[in-house]
Amino acid sequence: MRANCWAGRNEVEVRDVPDPTILNSRDAIVRITSTAICGSDLHLLDGYVPTMQDGDVMGHEFMGEVVGVGTGVDPARLRVGDRVVVPFPIACGACGACAAQLYSCCENSNPNAGIAEKMFGHPLAGMFGYAHLTGGFAGGQAQYARVPFADVGPLKIESDLTDEQVLFLSDILPTGYMGAEMCDIQPSDVVAVWGAGPVGQFAMDSARVLGAASVIAIDKEPYRLRMAEEAGHIPVNFEEVDVRSRLLELSGGRGPDKCIDAVGLEATHGSAHIQAFDRVKQAVRSETDRPHALRQAILSCRSGGIVSVIGVYGGVVDKFPAGAWMNRSLTLRTGQCHVQRYMAPLLRRIERGELDPTRVITHRLSLEEAPRGYDIFKNKQEDCEKVVLTP
Amino acid sequence: MDLTATTTVRRPVGEVYAFWRLLENLPTFMEHLDEVRTTDAKSSTWVASAPFDRKVEWEAVLIEDVVDERIGWRSAEEADVPNQGTVSFVLAPDGVSTEVHVHLAYEIGAGKLGKAVAKYFGEEPHQQLDDDLRRLKQVLETGEVVRSDGAPWGKRARKEFPQRPAQPLTADERREVLGV
Amino acid sequence: MKAVTWRGVNEIGVEDVPEPTILNSHDVIVEVGLSATCGSDLHLMGGYIPAMRAGDVLGHEFMGTVAEVGSGVTKHRVGDRVVVVSFIGCGQCWYCRQGLWSLCDNGNPNPGITEALWGQSIGGCYGYSHALGGWAGSHARYIRVPYADQGAFAIPDGVSDDRALFASDAAPTGWTGAHQAEVRPGDVVAVWGAGGVGQMAARAAMIMGAERVVVIDRYDNRLEQVRTHIGAETLDYEEVNVPAELREMTGGRGPDVCIEAVGMEAHHPGPQYLYDQVKQQMRLQTDRPTAVREAIYACRKGGTVFTLGVFAGLVDKFPLGAVMNKALTLRGAQQHGHRYIPEILDLMGRDEVRTEHLATHVMPLDDGPEGYRMFKEKEDGCVRAVFRPGG
Repeated sequence: MRANCWAGRNEVEVRDVPDPTILNSRDAIVRITSTAICGSDLHLLDGYVPTMQDGDVMGHEFMGEVVGVGTGVDPARLRVGDRVVVPFPIACGACGACAAQLYSCCENSNPNAGIAEKMFGHPLAGMFGYAHLTGGFAGGQAQYARVPFADVGPLKIESDLTDEQVLFLSDILPTGYMGAEMCDIQPSDVVAVWGAGPVGQFAMDSARVLGAASVIAIDKEPYRLRMAEEAGHIPVNFEEVDVRSRLLELSGGRGPDKCIDAVGLEATHGSAHIQAFDRVKQAVRSETDRPHALRQAILSCRSGGIVSVIGVYGGVVDKFPAGAWMNRSLTLRTGQCHVQRYMAPLLRRIERGELDPTRVITHRLSLEEAPRGYDIFKNKQEDCEKVVLTP
Repeated sequence: MDLTATTTVRRPVGEVYAFWRLLENLPTFMEHLDEVRTTDAKSSTWVASAPFDRKVEWEAVLIEDVVDERIGWRSAEEADVPNQGTVSFVLAPDGVSTEVHVHLAYEIGAGKLGKAVAKYFGEEPHQQLDDDLRRLKQVLETGEVVRSDGAPWGKRARKEFPQRPAQPLTADERREVLGV
Repeated sequence: MKAVTWRGVNEIGVEDVPEPTILNSHDVIVEVGLSATCGSDLHLMGGYIPAMRAGDVLGHEFMGTVAEVGSGVTKHRVGDRVVVVSFIGCGQCWYCRQGLWSLCDNGNPNPGITEALWGQSIGGCYGYSHALGGWAGSHARYIRVPYADQGAFAIPDGVSDDRALFASDAAPTGWTGAHQAEVRPGDVVAVWGAGGVGQMAARAAMIMGAERVVVIDRYDNRLEQVRTHIGAETLDYEEVNVPAELREMTGGRGPDVCIEAVGMEAHHPGPQYLYDQVKQQMRLQTDRPTAVREAIYACRKGGTVFTLGVFAGLVDKFPLGAVMNKALTLRGAQQHGHRYIPEILDLMGRDEVRTEHLATHVMPLDDGPEGYRMFKEKEDGCVRAVFRPGG
């Protein structure tokens, strides 16, 4: 089959690779009908996330049709022919983390758990197309994918919604929604979102459906801010105004009650634990020039408020404003998205028309054009917000 | 050499104890253990893979068996590498899960064999035991050891980098990994 | 009257200062019975907290007798035995109404300094620099207590002075941590630091139903106090590998809640113009790097890390990757003691909270410099030096 593979730093290539087969009894094989490029794929592309290897199949946002199931998959849950959206974290459904609905912390789905444990103190769940640190699972920017624990994660789509309406249930819509949900939004809340990429846009929409009084979008790309403004959010261009003053103005001097960092992986750099890997220098480079969003969110947030972090971080950050965090009674909530928890309720919100995920799609390309998709998305060319690929 | 490790399995204490007590189950999650044969109520034969594709075999004796609490064993007197172990099972604070606490002790001599054994355990002997318990948890909670494309080797999953790329296995690799 | 004052970096003096008088109608004057040194004073002594001035009266943890009452005070009479919470809250602003007393909008007449440092100002605190209001401290014969109806609490008859003293700060700070970290029955809780605050956090966690509480320190006498007076388990971090030991104690999961009561570690000067002791700080950075990082590393996935130790500025090498990927919640706070002190006094009356063992060295004000030296050096098993201004 054809698959988009990592071919070294800043290079992806569509190659011929073997078709996937069942390896565990609860696997399914999915023929992919739509797949997308995610902001976090860019961190993999750069090599900021350690443990990528030449030939790794990229992609963790995908959907399609079940064409094969293992002997351990309960037919009542999933059968050949089902149309499914696949959540990016792989979760067993049986461990303590899954029982607590912390699916992205699944204790069983990562065969490389020992590696992740050294970095973070505990292992992470397996994830599709997301480096060997999270298991080394082949991704979904391909014609087919093997889906482990297929009786737990995939969401069946039984209505006539289009692929584009439901594809983002795999990652960015739940991720944005969890960012807003972690904020415990109250009707009087002013919510500020750093980053008007697709996840940020969905965090804004989610804050609105969860009842926020107003939602502010902070970015520097005029086309992204325009997109947020068209959806009813208040744009703030950090290259044009002083963000802190503007936020105080928009919140009666209090500061936003809730702040969401949807930028991520800035200001990270290699920790001692990452030094076992070979990307230290690359990572260190990022320390100096990308510290901004989270620090600004912490310093801007109303005292006693919540800062919700959905941007992805990998290592350690410098100049973390612990003084502000501690003295001002802030709560920081974060996590890789527990996608399985949110898919069905968000599908209902899509069906009811409360959320329209298609609004972020700017580019529709074939799988073969994946390298070009990465290029324009990374460089924010052609007003690129979100690329959907069709295998 | 003394090793301890622990994990929490979200299954009842009785089930986890019973799984371990059936010693034939141990090779399903212990990387280097190929086979355990129970020979009588107290004795069993253990077969493990050793360096240079060799097999080592030793007799083990059950020295402690408290139902739903603790199992202890030690190698019989003639073992090349005398060893003993205990595993205890404790109800976790959630009232549902079982904490599994393992303690292993090996007497590693100073001779050639001792060196070979020490090398075999490598620089991180703990890691092997931790990984064994991770697989115990996978087997009890999910039914089998999870395989990814980059690390498809099942109970022999732990390989240092580079692994194979995270892309589907070729037919040859699949045969090698699964034996089918 | 006699008072213990800050004279300069690491210089404590005893001098004559004017007696306080009623300045606002809601004030009372308290004749100080006992006034304790606190770990956070050491940060002031070293000049790590900005805006200390020569002659500032130190001390924020105290009890005593009401000597004079302002016209607007309704709850207190001359002669009442009271304990006073160290943070000054007006009781009327939005923050006080939310129970976030240490964030009071009206308790700090000098909001500009903390606003510049942390994005927004926090409330005021006795004897804690001009950044926190420039309120005269309690190491003196008398102290003015503003908003006395909110901040002063009558001590029940059955509670001794030396027990009630720590209902001012150490105990409510510990309660703030355990309560806001949402300790639940069945939780395993780890507390870094066996000083007064750490011990009280441990006791609070036990009372809230924690299954196991483990306190981590390196001083034998403090760990012995934890075992004897608090009833929690202990770990000596000079003797064991703390994360490994915590893993072993929790079936590999890690503690559900980690409370850090050490503070000011690895902290960085931040806005440097506010500080004049950079080198000392850099020295500090080398020998106190571990508690928050270790807590983050050890905490179970989806757990909470709560910071009670005082931080002033920025910290480096903050492991945000672990925080994010392990879906941790980070919280911190100065004490919101007003909401916990009535309960604490009640528990003290029932002998469920005992604190008198913390006052290892009681002395007159004249011994102020010596008391601080002993406290700082932890000489002679000093846990807290306590001054008795009445002699």
